[in-house]
Amino acid sequence: MTDAITQGRQNSATVSNEAVISVNGLYKSFGKNNAVLKGINLHVNKGENLVLLGKSGSGKSIVIKCLVGLEKADEGEINILGTNICNISADELNEVRLKVGFLFQNSALYDSMTVRQNLAFPLRRHSKHLTPKQVDEAIVTALEGVGLSGAIDKMPSELSGGMSKRIALARTLILKPAIILYDEPTTGLDTITAKEISELILHIREKYSTTSIIITHDMACAKLTGDRLAILKDGIIYAEGTYETLEKSKDEWVRSFFL
Amino acid sequence: MSMPANVKIDGNKNLKYSIFNRANFYAKPLKDFFEEVSKLTLFLLRFFKEAVKPPYEFREFFKQSYIIGYKSLPIVTITGFIMGLVLTLQSRPTLAEFGAESWLPGMVALSLIREISPVITALICAGKISSGIGAELGSMKVTQQIDAMEVSSINPYKYLVVTRIMATTLMIPILVVFADGVGVLGGFAGINIHGDVNLYRYFSQVLASLEFIDIMPATIKTFFFGFFIGLIGCYKGFTAANGTESVGKAATSAVVSASLAIFIIDMLAVQLTDIFF
Repeated sequence: MTDAITQGRQNSATVSNEAVISVNGLYKSFGKNNAVLKGINLHVNKGENLVLLGKSGSGKSIVIKCLVGLEKADEGEINILGTNICNISADELNEVRLKVGFLFQNSALYDSMTVRQNLAFPLRRHSKHLTPKQVDEAIVTALEGVGLSGAIDKMPSELSGGMSKRIALARTLILKPAIILYDEPTTGLDTITAKEISELILHIREKYSTTSIIITHDMACAKLTGDRLAILKDGIIYAEGTYETLEKSKDEWVRSFFL
Repeated sequence: MSMPANVKIDGNKNLKYSIFNRANFYAKPLKDFFEEVSKLTLFLLRFFKEAVKPPYEFREFFKQSYIIGYKSLPIVTITGFIMGLVLTLQSRPTLAEFGAESWLPGMVALSLIREISPVITALICAGKISSGIGAELGSMKVTQQIDAMEVSSINPYKYLVVTRIMATTLMIPILVVFADGVGVLGGFAGINIHGDVNLYRYFSQVLASLEFIDIMPATIKTFFFGFFIGLIGCYKGFTAANGTESVGKAATSAVVSASLAIFIIDMLAVQLTDIFF
């Protein structure tokens, strides 16, 4: 674990000051009396891994869904790679989405397709110039990147939880996104597999120079992967800082995450 | 439908408030119905918009046509044959009473082609296909597969909905024509249980009794059956709420709504046929 943390911290040296994700005054409510986000301000720099913490139901997933337009913000500004996605057409939003990968909590693999077809599906649509051989090569490379080249012809139902997460990650990586949003990447996994996924997140950042937001309840994952942590409470970013800073916070509620 | 416990008419309280509460309670199902119809209409309008806009998902359309058409052939064959057989056996005694047994092939063919075969085949397809689409899309919605498509810049409406509606619209008429043929063969089997009619003579009588207006309106309405089977299945699945329970609900309500739509379309089709043909 210590080695991985050291490696993670070394990689954080590549973080630049250029904000690739910038959220200002984000509001989102569901119905009249159910305001979930009440003015979120968030900035993630290029190459940075930001871990988003918070209690269940605090709106962490809503934040990252707003970043890819799966949820429409009621108010506020969301800049992704310099484009304000709140005021753009569907086609323009799709252009931005190509640069943003999203790893879903339950992997969301297409269960009627094999692993190969799952990976080929986005690639065939967005890289039409590729020959079938090049598509196959890209699939094999992506699977090798997550250490699962042997699972290429399996169906999602034949995969374990950890394998599904890795395949979903490979599917996300195949379009070479600049940003990856991880929604609880280690939830439901045993400690060893969870650590492997956390290390994979670091490896991906190193190999593909990605910027990430990682939502997690797993503090080991947060410690390992996060350059910076942000804690969501009552619809706002309540506390922000490195793992070490927040661990020693004077606020008892913040400290309770690290117990 | 009984009033809930919290809706009371209290003589001491404001009568207007009580009347409003009661009216609101009875109006809610009506409001829900119109809300559902308006959502379905918007879903329908989006279909026309997405269907004409490139790119076109031909590969998925052919795959769905294969699943919907080819994979439904066994059940359509069995039910079609039984329909023809049973109709012949049931009609024979009455016609025999009037000495009109020779009308049997024509009567069976007319009944099957004009009404029974399109409606029964469509109802079977509503049960098999509409529920299947509802459950499949509902499950994809619940497991975030539809969201995964969207974040990959793939239009899930175009890929999942347009292809399935187009496939049902094209495949149901083909299945009905096939069921017509099998049903007429079932009629031939039914006649030969009690008599001895050769195949050539039987089909000569069938063809002699059929006219253009018997076949055309009945075939046209099957395109609408197919369209609504696909539309309702996709709508119920695509708009399913989160949670596994909603997958079952989507499948069930897809069958119920599609079956109801088939009867309504059939009623309208009969009226229009009477007016125009």
